[in-house]
Amino acid sequence: MESLLNGIKVVPLNHYIILCAIIFSIGVIGVLTRRNAIVIFMSVELMLNSVNLLLTVFSAYRGDATGQVFVFFIMALAAAEVAVGLAIIVMVYRNTNSLDINVLNRLKW
Amino acid sequence: MNTLIIISVLPIIILYLGLYKAKKALLPVTIIGLLTALGFACAQWGNEPAPTFSGMLQFNNFSIAFSALTIVSTILILLLSKDYFERISDHVAEYYAVILFSLAGVIVMLSYHNLTMLFIGIEIMSVSLYILAGIKKNDFASNEAALKYFLMGAFSTGFLLFGIALIYGASGSFDLTDIRNWILMNPRHIDPLFYTGILLMIVGLCFKIGAAPFHFWTPDVYEGSPTLITAFMSTVVKTAGIAAFLRLFSTCFNPISSFWVPTLLIITMLTLFIGNITALYQQSFKRMLAFSSISHAGYLLFAIVALNSSSANAVLTYATAYSIASIIAFGVLILVRQQAGTDNFTAFDGLAKKNPFLAFTLTVAMLSLAGIPLTAGFIGKFFMFSGALSQYQVALVIIAVINAIISIYYYFRVIVAMYFNAAEPAEVAVPPYYTFVLGFSALATIVIGVYPVLVSGLI
Repeated sequence: MESLLNGIKVVPLNHYIILCAIIFSIGVIGVLTRRNAIVIFMSVELMLNSVNLLLTVFSAYRGDATGQVFVFFIMALAAAEVAVGLAIIVMVYRNTNSLDINVLNRLKW
Repeated sequence: MNTLIIISVLPIIILYLGLYKAKKALLPVTIIGLLTALGFACAQWGNEPAPTFSGMLQFNNFSIAFSALTIVSTILILLLSKDYFERISDHVAEYYAVILFSLAGVIVMLSYHNLTMLFIGIEIMSVSLYILAGIKKNDFASNEAALKYFLMGAFSTGFLLFGIALIYGASGSFDLTDIRNWILMNPRHIDPLFYTGILLMIVGLCFKIGAAPFHFWTPDVYEGSPTLITAFMSTVVKTAGIAAFLRLFSTCFNPISSFWVPTLLIITMLTLFIGNITALYQQSFKRMLAFSSISHAGYLLFAIVALNSSSANAVLTYATAYSIASIIAFGVLILVRQQAGTDNFTAFDGLAKKNPFLAFTLTVAMLSLAGIPLTAGFIGKFFMFSGALSQYQVALVIIAVINAIISIYYYFRVIVAMYFNAAEPAEVAVPPYYTFVLGFSALATIVIGVYPVLVSGLI
């Protein structure tokens, strides 16, 4: 465990923060520009995982385990979200035979 | 604490009742369980306990008052659900169970003392709501609402989490008191990470309460979801969101309010204008209510912009007034829609001739939402505006008054349609449950409007 923590600390903290911010931004851009529901969903997962990485790094640098516990909560709830989300996507696909969110334009003013 | 346990166990009992086909027992058991939870919550009133569960939750008066409000709103909405779910599917127990799970998430959101619990509460509530928005499986609008709500909800959770991670990185803790102490210890050397974290959390929470510019999902989701679920979303969920928002900012980020107040000020003004002006153009009553709920999120944000000791009270009063008025509006909408088959304003033409009771309660609700004196809505707006004035936010109050005047136009459209538009609609059958809920809510609106002390001095 000690060697693992030292391994994490070989890379400076700022580099990790920048990496996580980049991954998070890729996720945000993916959500905003892609039109396929599954790809949007994948981008959301990318955002959540960048948060997981960030929390782990902070936790390792501070020698404080609560950050890593939070990561477990995020993983568990992300899994719950996947279960519900994929069910919704399947339901939409059955009715529209498409996963393009541009098809979903019945509710407009 | 017992409240949370009861509300978490109750849906499991409901699922078993569904398994053994005890359909008649579902509603009574749910209502009795919720009343028990309400009783346990009220029994803890007055003692300010230390955070429990290793500092994860704290059930103080703030959380008890808001829990009571959300539980009562849920009971009223569930009473309206009599015969509503049966028309959608045979498996009714699941709907009650999912609503109750969502309520359990709400209770966690109202009593968190650790950012972990804030996240878990929001997720329990939202994941249940994604399901509820899509319960009409063959209805395109319901599908679309569920998918939009799901994608936008997950997206906003990402922002919230990134904010929490940055705040953890800067302060080294998820505990609200620890973060506050950290701010007080280092007033001059607060990490830029921390400021970024606050901004990202504001984005995430504004998504949840539907404040502009993060409101774009609200009208679509509210319109597409089944009306009863929309009622749940716009009352219980909105109350929980704003209460969680207030709890975070009043206990945790209060010492650096000079940083986030300008941001929230702009968000509030945008929310008021976008909500009210777009509501003017709506032809559908349900969509109008969605935009009006956006504008009410703006009024509720007042309490956070002008944070002082009476903010919690102001939010409680406003949320009570708004919740009961919305329940009336959605309840009447369910009945009228069954009769007329449309959500448009024209469906309300001449309602007063055949159903004077429905027309009267809806009139009370609309007056309350518009903030006319002698209704609860006026008292709520009064507390919000006087709180803002005490913090010298004069420009904000002037803008809010202008918006309140704009809002009268679209609320009165319904009243005009009901009383003055010529039409001969058939009489709408009003089931006894609806009579009770509508009558109770209208009475509560007027009583709170006349004796505001009932709710205004609680917290």
